[in-house]
Amino acid sequence: MATEALGWWGVPLGILAGTLRGSVPFLLVSLGECLTEKSGKINLGLEGTLLMGAMSAYAVSYLSSGIVGPTLAPWLGVLTAGIAGMGLGAIHGWLSQQPRVNDVAVGIAMIIFGGGLANFFGKPFIQPQAPQLPTLAAGGWSSLPQVQSALQISPLFLLGLAIVPLMSWFFKSTRWGLYVRAVGDSPDAALAMGISIFWVRMAAIVAGSFLAGIGGASLSLFYPGVWTERISSGQGLMAVALVIFARWQPWQCLWASLLFGGAQALGPAFQSVGIDSYYYLFNAAPYILTLVIMIITCSPQRTLTGAPGALGKDS
Amino acid sequence: MSDRNRSFRLSRRQVVRGLLASSAFGLTAKFGTGCAQSPSTEGGAATDGSAPEELVVGFIYVGPKDDFGYNQAHAQGAAAMAANVPGIRLVEEASVPETTAVAEAMRSMIEIDGAKVLFPTSFGYFDPHILALAGEFPDVQFFHAGGLYQEGVHPKNVCSYFGFIDEAQYVAGVVAAHMSPAGKLGFVAAKPIPQLLRNVNSFTLGARSVNPDATTQVIFTGDWSVPVKEAEATNSMADQGIEVITCHVDSPKVVMETAERRGVMTSGYHADQSPLAPKGYLTGAEWDWSSIYTAVGKDLMAGKTLMAGDIPHILRGGLADNFCKMSAYGPAVSDEAKAAGDAAIAGIKSGEVIIYQGPLKNNTGGEILPADQQLKTDNIELEKMDYFVEGVIGSIS
Repeated sequence: MATEALGWWGVPLGILAGTLRGSVPFLLVSLGECLTEKSGKINLGLEGTLLMGAMSAYAVSYLSSGIVGPTLAPWLGVLTAGIAGMGLGAIHGWLSQQPRVNDVAVGIAMIIFGGGLANFFGKPFIQPQAPQLPTLAAGGWSSLPQVQSALQISPLFLLGLAIVPLMSWFFKSTRWGLYVRAVGDSPDAALAMGISIFWVRMAAIVAGSFLAGIGGASLSLFYPGVWTERISSGQGLMAVALVIFARWQPWQCLWASLLFGGAQALGPAFQSVGIDSYYYLFNAAPYILTLVIMIITCSPQRTLTGAPGALGKDS
Repeated sequence: MSDRNRSFRLSRRQVVRGLLASSAFGLTAKFGTGCAQSPSTEGGAATDGSAPEELVVGFIYVGPKDDFGYNQAHAQGAAAMAANVPGIRLVEEASVPETTAVAEAMRSMIEIDGAKVLFPTSFGYFDPHILALAGEFPDVQFFHAGGLYQEGVHPKNVCSYFGFIDEAQYVAGVVAAHMSPAGKLGFVAAKPIPQLLRNVNSFTLGARSVNPDATTQVIFTGDWSVPVKEAEATNSMADQGIEVITCHVDSPKVVMETAERRGVMTSGYHADQSPLAPKGYLTGAEWDWSSIYTAVGKDLMAGKTLMAGDIPHILRGGLADNFCKMSAYGPAVSDEAKAAGDAAIAGIKSGEVIIYQGPLKNNTGGEILPADQQLKTDNIELEKMDYFVEGVIGSIS
């Protein structure tokens, strides 16, 4: 334990590490929500999906580790989390497209439903320890254990990074991407093109929930790596808000997620070097950031640029 | 019943009447037994001390029962009470928030399960929920884990019990300082309430009784259960070269696991967390509710009540009274540290070691105690603590 104190260098390092560790759920949930909202529906229920994903991933990783071994078990957990997310997504997709049903209201119901379901089934899994996902040690070049630990990169983070350009390309250059955008921007035009609005939206919501479920898996199988009933602490909702000021663009979702992940580390990192006043303020940094960005980007004169035309409208 | 036996063919009216009658009978029978219990308890207390045959005891927890933390400690105590005291039947409800939800939970335990004794264990249940229900059900006894009973102000059927777990934190500090060559200790804290500050201060004073230069770095996470912040706090302490980390949050699981992953030693809190950190776990300050709940359970079954004054309204104690205990030493602990820890336990139990002994300064240089004064564990002044002692790095504001 010959670790040297890092002193002030601990702050940027802590924020960097927090960015790499803490941004994974934000990234995956916001990408999922981005896809969903591009098709013209909002899915607030991703907070519940996140919890459900975290619980099912942890449970499956724990239960299957005896059968498939501790290396494969967490991956099985990730897959299950995605599938659980798809299940919740399918419910939301079907409910929110019924006549005279508001998707925001359904989303709030889905938060409660997903969270309640996860807490109900998750009771026996609070205490046991499940095998965790492996991490890639990108800090092997450094002799400092702090740097090595900060640069433990989750494969789910890399997955998120890979999805960003893919999704961007998908929206811009593929036929299916065009379908999603058409349904989201102008359902009438899409209908005229002969596209089934219901099934495109359903597919977008289910795929988005799949990503959110995997985001949940990163909470319980990577960082902080436990299953408790309070594990998400509002991160799913923040990720939904994040999509709005990321202007529904996957690349900006990435930057916004990194920012939010890093902001979470602000309070603890500052306190550890002795700046201990106003820690409530530092802890509130992500929320303050959200407010500030919303205020800057909002304008009464026009709708937000990039907003899908049919978003939040009854159709 | 007799109607049904006599005739084979039943008219619809007879069936309805029979169903109504039997359900009414069932209900009154249940109410009857429910009511029959209370006079026996009260009468027993008031007159000859005759014992109730069965006593339904309700436990309410703010989180899950197996969280390696505060709630697990209480749940284990409850299970021990049911196992050790014959005649006690347990009803439990977990994850009850500190809102009107707890009032509903208590009400249904009293009215549906027939509970005569309740242990709502979380701090925030007390005011206003327990006080309101205690007024409404004067024959039900409420035991609350906290420090809030006031004679004459609160109903007579309320008891507040709590342990001076800071004594155990003092011992943990002694062990931690022995194991930490640089004397750099860390404390992941939730919110600056007096109990938590007292734990931090006692831990630090224990450490400084061994190494006068030892420091405790405090990081507040802002709430009782925020796993990501707790992990961040632990990581940033590890980055700063802190050698032993302890905590006061609802579930220390995240802190212990994260510290173990970073190769930092840990000292537990609430319950035994040694399975979570097999290498780095030194010792820990644990609640010992099993012994306390068993003792209270035996008193209750003997017919003693709060209302009659047989059970005191304020139950307090530390290491000596089995309110708290230390986790078994982990494999990393040196023999020297073990000896020092055992000596500290013995000193506290015998009363030779007084944790808050003058001269004592706070961490901004102000004087708390002059050289010739001391505050014993049961001094009420200590329950109003609003400072950090010298050696703690952190501030409350």
